[in-house]
Parts: sequence; C-alpha cells; structure tokens
Amino acid sequence: MAAVIHSAPRFASNEGVLDALTKALGPMLVAGHEAHGEVVLTVARPRIADALRLLRDEHEYQQLMEIAGADYPDRAERFEVVYMLLSVTKNHRLLVKCRAAEDTPVPTVTTLWPVAGWLEREVFDMYGVIFEGNTDLRRILTDYGFEGHPFRKDFPLTGYVELRYSEEDKRVVYQPVELAQDLRQFDFLSPWEGSEYVLPGDEKAEGGAA
Amino acid sequence: MSLQLEQSPTTGDEVISNYTINFGPQHPAAHGVLRMVLELDGEIIERVDPHIGLLHRGTEKLIEHKTYLQALPYFDRLDYCSPLGMEHSYVLAVEKLLNVEVPLRGQYLRVLFAELTRICNHMLNMGSHVMDVGAMTPNLWLFEIREDCLNFFERASGARMHSAWFRPGGVHQDVPEKLLADIGEWLDTRLPQLFEDAMSLVIDNRIFKQRNVDIAVVSKEDALAWGFSGPMIRAAGIPWDLRKSQPYDVYDRMEFDVPVGTRSDCYDRFMVRVEEVRQSARIMKQCLRDMPGGPVSSLDRKVVPPKRAEMKQSMESLIHHFKLYTEGFRVPEGEVYVATESPKGEFGVYLVSDGSNKPYRCKIRPTAFSHLQAMDFMCKGHMLPDATAILGAIDVVFGECDR
Repeated sequence: MAAVIHSAPRFASNEGVLDALTKALGPMLVAGHEAHGEVVLTVARPRIADALRLLRDEHEYQQLMEIAGADYPDRAERFEVVYMLLSVTKNHRLLVKCRAAEDTPVPTVTTLWPVAGWLEREVFDMYGVIFEGNTDLRRILTDYGFEGHPFRKDFPLTGYVELRYSEEDKRVVYQPVELAQDLRQFDFLSPWEGSEYVLPGDEKAEGGAA
Repeated sequence: MSLQLEQSPTTGDEVISNYTINFGPQHPAAHGVLRMVLELDGEIIERVDPHIGLLHRGTEKLIEHKTYLQALPYFDRLDYCSPLGMEHSYVLAVEKLLNVEVPLRGQYLRVLFAELTRICNHMLNMGSHVMDVGAMTPNLWLFEIREDCLNFFERASGARMHSAWFRPGGVHQDVPEKLLADIGEWLDTRLPQLFEDAMSLVIDNRIFKQRNVDIAVVSKEDALAWGFSGPMIRAAGIPWDLRKSQPYDVYDRMEFDVPVGTRSDCYDRFMVRVEEVRQSARIMKQCLRDMPGGPVSSLDRKVVPPKRAEMKQSMESLIHHFKLYTEGFRVPEGEVYVATESPKGEFGVYLVSDGSNKPYRCKIRPTAFSHLQAMDFMCKGHMLPDATAILGAIDVVFGECDR
C-alpha cells in the first residue's frame, strides 16, 4: 500500500493485530482484512456477541463507540451491522461486522455494553435489523407511528408521507407525498479518465479507416 | 361553632402512586427538542425515558444522494454550535480514503479554527448550563465571547455559523493576515478578561456548587460501558483526549494539557470545560506562532478545484473546476471510521465508498446520543431540578443527536 500521507487520526499500529485476532477468534471469524488503515473483521452472525465479549474481556477493547447499519440489496443477506470498538489502553480501533437479512436476528450486545441499547434501536429503526435479546427494541429517530425503514436503499429519498397543518381539521395531518416535479437525480458520472460509455459513432473509430 | 379541620388530601389510607410527567419537547432547559418522560416519586426521579428524533432530518440518507463535496455543508447543520468540529471528522475521513496530503498551513488553519470552535461551543454550553441552574449574568457575558468567535468565522469563511470552510484536501480559502493578528490580540486581551470575569462569578458560587457538586456521579467503569467521550469521560477521571492519543492534523506538534476530573459529577464536567477553554487558547497561540506560509489546500487538482484566478489563465484549470463542481471527485472503494475530538466528545464518521462520486454510506456517530442514553441511570434517585443540571453538563445539541 502507498505511504500514508493523509493527516487523519493516528492510532496505534495495526501491525500484527489482524494475525493475533484471527488466531484468537478462530472459527468465529468469517473474514478479516486490513485496508485504508482499518482492521475489519467479519464474524459469523450467531457468534457476534461471543466474539465481542472475547475482544472486550481479553483484548482490551473496552468501549463500543458505535453500531452502524448498511444496506447492500444485491446480497443474499442484505444488511451489515458494523461495531466500532475502541481500546483506550491499547489506543486502537477495530471494526467488527456481521451480516444479517430481514428475518435473521442478530444477537444483542446490550448484555456487554449498556450503550448498545439505543445503538441497536437505531439500526432497527433505520434498517429493520432485529436484535435478539434487546428488551427495548422500539423505534427511536423516526416519527411516532412511522412505517418502513427509511435508510434502506429501496426506500425513496422523499419518503411516502408528508405532513402539513390542515386548516379545516385544525390539526397536523399526514398525506401521501405529492411532488410538483419529479425528484431530480443527476448522474454526473461522465468520462473522467477515458470513456467507458458506448457513444453512438464510436464503432467507426474502432473499425479503422474503412 | 367548633373549628373543623380540613381533611388533608394525603393522609388516610390513600396510596400515592408514582406519576409521569413530560419534560419538553418545548422546554427551554431541554436544549432543543428533547422530550423526556419522567417517572417521579414525589420530586425524586425514578425513571427517565428520553424520546429523541424530533429533529431527525435523515442527513445520512441525504448524503448518500450527494457528491462528497455537496455532503460537507450537512455537517455544519449537525451540531450547529460547533460546525467546524463536525466538518473536521468528515474531511479527515474523505482524506483518509483518498490518501491525500494537506499542506502544513492548511493543517495549522484547521487546528486553529477547530480550537476556536471549541471555545465558541463551550461558551454556549457553559452559559446555558449556568442558566439552567439559575444564574443569568454569566450567560450574557459569555455570549460576548461567542459573538467575537462568530465574527472571526465570518471573516474567514463568509458565514457566521455554517462555514463549510474545511474541505477535503485543506480549507476553502486562506485567511487575511489581519484576521490572524486580530485573533492573536483577542487571545491575549479580550478572551482572558471576559472569560475569567464570567468564571469568577460561577466557579466558587455557593448556589452553583449546591446544584452541581455530587450530582450524577459516574464511575470510570460506567463511563466506559456507556460509551462516554470528551469532557464526560475526562470528568470521570480517564485522561482520554483524541487530540493527544490519536493526533490528527498538527495536534502532535501542540503542547497542551488534558484536564481530568476527580469526582465525576456535574461540577467536574463544567470545570473540565473551563480548563479546556484555557488550553484551547494555548493551542491557538501556538498555531499563530508556528503557522508557516504556503498553500492552504492540496494541489492535487483531481481533488481540490483550482482558484478562480488560475481558471482565467488555464484551460486545464477550467476543466478541472467544471468537473469537480459537477461530477466531483471519485473516492477509492473502501471503508473507514474516523473520529475526532469535537468539543462535545468523540464525533465519528463511518464512510463507505463504492468507488463512485457519492458516499455509499455515511454513518455519523454523534456524541450526545450515547450520553443522552445514560440520562436514565444518571438521573435515578436525583430530584427533578437536577435533571436540568445533568442535561446541561452533558452538552447536548439536537441537530447532532437526531441527525
């Protein structure tokens, strides 16, 4: 990999971390790699809580800073749940993730870190990932009575309902979204370094001076 | 006529049950749109259920539909009390994926303004914290400093609050020399004068201490388990400051101390912030002293657009300018989690790139989210008015918490 010239936060070296943790996690680990200065470990979903407990108790990753969801609709198990761990003693960060589908629950880690409660609620709210064992899996950021999981890639940016104050009813009412014009999504992905688009007429150049 | 005693409503065999009240979402001490459902036993808090999300705008979803440059101004609008602190994490995350070098002057300017942001943020937080527990004057005095800070932001970027001044690769434009001189003078004269004046009213004040000392004591173990960061974890006695332990930009060249608390109560959290303001001023002075000349942003024209003057002369610059402001730059495939020490604590950005010109996923790790979650266990057993002191010491801003 190219030399590091950026000035992003510099934590302790990743050297040897991946090997050591691969050995420690053993069969729980599905894949592990190091890229862009981050160690990323993918763990089998049913074992995620065990793996995180091991990392917390035996490898000094005391803090769970964040749980992020991500949606990859093309995959069989479309969701990824990413746990960001921080070790304040080793001064090191780690990304641990597992995959999940809509109907495959992920074991909760609220038993390990109480902070996971809301973090899991957020992933549930935004993606619909179910956390087994989380006793308080309510919606957290979306409106009371909201339907759907807005951060899924197939959820439209504009949503399905909008609300306004109704003068007749003297209250706020929900109604389907009405757009005066279509939402414009510009695709600026035009050729930057050499075209890969099929432009009409290109075949003449390819075919030579015939 | 004999005297007849009125029957007391609370005596007899009636049983008083706990009752539940709503705190917010339109309460001045709720620091925005926080709704807390409080279960009270008399005036003692039994349970707190914070309802957040009333300011949820779907920033992360919107960012997925914008180019990397267009996504930047959303960060100003997260924690609108410390906009540049938010931008810092994002630009560093993009730079980490791109592996682009920022010239030294750009790094110094970012540190300088990040620290100015810290002062600006702490002025608002300390002022409102003091006001939450009953004092009016310090808030007004501290806002004078905040006004100065906002004027400096305006002179650097053109906007008082939503600067959008940090850019991937550096900062948007250089600052006038006079501004740096003025900041230096302000650090030597006005800031210490106004700040120490206001603090002299607060830190030894009997009422302020009565309201804050021994309120919401959190042990070191709890602070780690609840994901605390920033002044909250330092008040618990853990000397953890990302600027020191995981330095970014030129923080490794700066000399500053990390204040830690001893009792881990609301008073300690306040005092940690007081000392942080002094340390920030110290860092800023070092920045002004050591700042080299030269470019303020990377000269990699595939990332940073050229200046306007250059565009008038060179066709290539014109093309770069056009392409960067329409298509934007493409970021190599990968994922990073970058966290910086924002004034409120660890503010992180988890950025996933699929190699296109838009982020595939941009998860924002707000500081207030985990702190607010601990409200329940911090408030338990305290009196109702303590809830505002605890909330003030957390330093929540809902733009960031709800995203």
